[in-house]
Amino acid sequence: MTTTSAPAPSATEPALDVEGLCVDLNTASGTLRAVDGVSFSVRRGRTLALLGESGCGKSMTALSVVGLLDPAAEVTGGAVRVRGKDTLRMSAAERRKLAGPVLSIVFQDALTALNPVQPVGRQIGEPFRIHRGLSRRQAEEKAVELMTRVGIPEPRQRAKSYPHQFSGGMRQRLLIAMAVALDPDVLIADEPTTALDVTVQAQIMRLLRDLQDERDMAVVLITHDLAVVAQRADDVVVMYAGTVVENGPVHDVFSSPRHPYTRGLLDSVPEDAERGRPLPAVPGSPPELSAVPPGCVFQARCPLVRERCVRERPSLRSTGDGRSAACHFSEELDRA
Amino acid sequence: MPESRTTTATPGPRADGPDAHPPLLEVRGVTKSFGSGRRRLTALDGVDIQLGRGQTLGLVGESGCGKSTLARVLLGLERPDAGTVRYDGVDPFALRGKDLLNWRRRVQMVFQDPFASLNARMSAADLIGEPWRTHRDVVPDAKAREKRIRELLSLVGLRESDAHRYPNEFSGGQRQRIGIARALALDPDLIVCDEPVSALDLSVQAQVLNVLSELQSRLGVAYVFISHDLSVVRYISDRVTVMYLGKVIEHGETEDVFDRPQHPYTAALMSAAPVLDTSRATDDQEIQLKGEIPSPFDIPSGCRFRTRCWRAEDRCATEAPPAVVREREGAGDAHTALCHFPLEARSAWA
Repeated sequence: MTTTSAPAPSATEPALDVEGLCVDLNTASGTLRAVDGVSFSVRRGRTLALLGESGCGKSMTALSVVGLLDPAAEVTGGAVRVRGKDTLRMSAAERRKLAGPVLSIVFQDALTALNPVQPVGRQIGEPFRIHRGLSRRQAEEKAVELMTRVGIPEPRQRAKSYPHQFSGGMRQRLLIAMAVALDPDVLIADEPTTALDVTVQAQIMRLLRDLQDERDMAVVLITHDLAVVAQRADDVVVMYAGTVVENGPVHDVFSSPRHPYTRGLLDSVPEDAERGRPLPAVPGSPPELSAVPPGCVFQARCPLVRERCVRERPSLRSTGDGRSAACHFSEELDRA
Repeated sequence: MPESRTTTATPGPRADGPDAHPPLLEVRGVTKSFGSGRRRLTALDGVDIQLGRGQTLGLVGESGCGKSTLARVLLGLERPDAGTVRYDGVDPFALRGKDLLNWRRRVQMVFQDPFASLNARMSAADLIGEPWRTHRDVVPDAKAREKRIRELLSLVGLRESDAHRYPNEFSGGQRQRIGIARALALDPDLIVCDEPVSALDLSVQAQVLNVLSELQSRLGVAYVFISHDLSVVRYISDRVTVMYLGKVIEHGETEDVFDRPQHPYTAALMSAAPVLDTSRATDDQEIQLKGEIPSPFDIPSGCRFRTRCWRAEDRCATEAPPAVVREREGAGDAHTALCHFPLEARSAWA
């Protein structure tokens, strides 16, 4: 039984192509723009990181892509293309057919993402029943296979357990099992290890990477952790106040950032900082969505700010070599 | 390069000498368990730590290692089942009445979540001055209190005009500054910081770390700094104590512990933490530990880390590991670890 009309993307075309995505939030105090013209694309086998601090719109972007936005939020522009079709123009029924075999998501908080009153084996098997029409028994058999693959000890017995009977790391493995069940083209991982201990975090990141290699998935990794991006992603999209401020290959962006915000973030990591010497912190804090200034979104905290930044919002312009930055003065960073 | 040797010395920091002053904080053999019978959870098992004035001790470990219970013991909120806690040689658990009240002034706390730890109905000035309602003699005069609040605000990098604003008008980083100013209101000797920056955005985290360092050099306050973020601990701490399932398994000067860990668990923690350098892929050298932390209700025999350790042998299951002390040049705490098979200084993991 085929679940999607178009063929799986080849290695050269993007598995996911997001263009000019805009999301508005309806709040008591009016409509706020939470995501403002975000674009990125990712091919199979590659990992793209959406990097940014809380409130920058990275999770909102991810939820729009999989069609799970809160009812208070609304996609007001742009396109999200998978297998040559714009999911934003599809009916709900059409979109549901994509959930699992084409697009899937792993959430940060595995305890709330799992159904507490259903044995985990049945939950993990559910995609097979819905999309492939397998019987309950066949689906549970598939679930046990998947649980084995993601490293759950004694999977056959554990399939009968409930989510609360697993540790945080094991629950995250269960969510991953469910997400990869139907071999999606694109796996979105929204802060998949943030709530976990360091050693467990490493295990989960490795599992994700092995599954990605094995199934040739495109991975969109949503995180605020620069070190995770440095180690796991090929390309990075840096977001600030709902906009993309810089993108490009991780190695290039991290070794010579072209946006002062990216530079500030990298400098804030105390990793190699000398004890007793002040960290070069970015002053202030990100703007509230209701107070994003006209002109450059980063102007209030920027060391390079000029009069032009207040007047005119810099567009994301290509700086060559597959990179772009939204700064009027990015060339000055190269020299500094 | 220092050499390793095995001794039977007690693990943990050693005193500076027989005639040295008692340190600001000295914890010896503290044990604390909760529950009873088979449902007995040993949160702390013979913990030793020591801290001098104006210094920072980093406390590292994963969830369930006992670091938060230890923080509660240090604050006098939890009485240990065994062992001693001494502040300048004085046992806080033996104090009563006015003496206890006076002692409480000296040890304060900064909490993790600046959104949950501040009363939303109190202004910044009320929050910062609230400790004086209990400790009435610290700043008795109303005028002096106002002046002191202004001083505290400026110490933590807030404006005087912020005094009459409420928590919801502040960002996370600013709230954490209020939390720090409030901890400073009683002029403490020690502040226990429990994950003080982990709820903050990275760009703001650096600001708060800078405030903490600056306060230490200006006021000489000591910190016990609890964090799961190794890069933060490395930056802020003079010494580091690594805990696993209620026991201190390694202790030493920050650079010793980070650059030349002796305990396999410490080495695994360090290698599991991703690094910023894109050319240094952690994968090749990463030590992948087996499984997860065992339940604290059921601690493994012998060495408690053996169930996840790649160096474990039969002996680790039957004998408690000895304290290994690695010689180091110069002043500072001895570099100790609890392990049958400690890593050499130039081990293969790095």
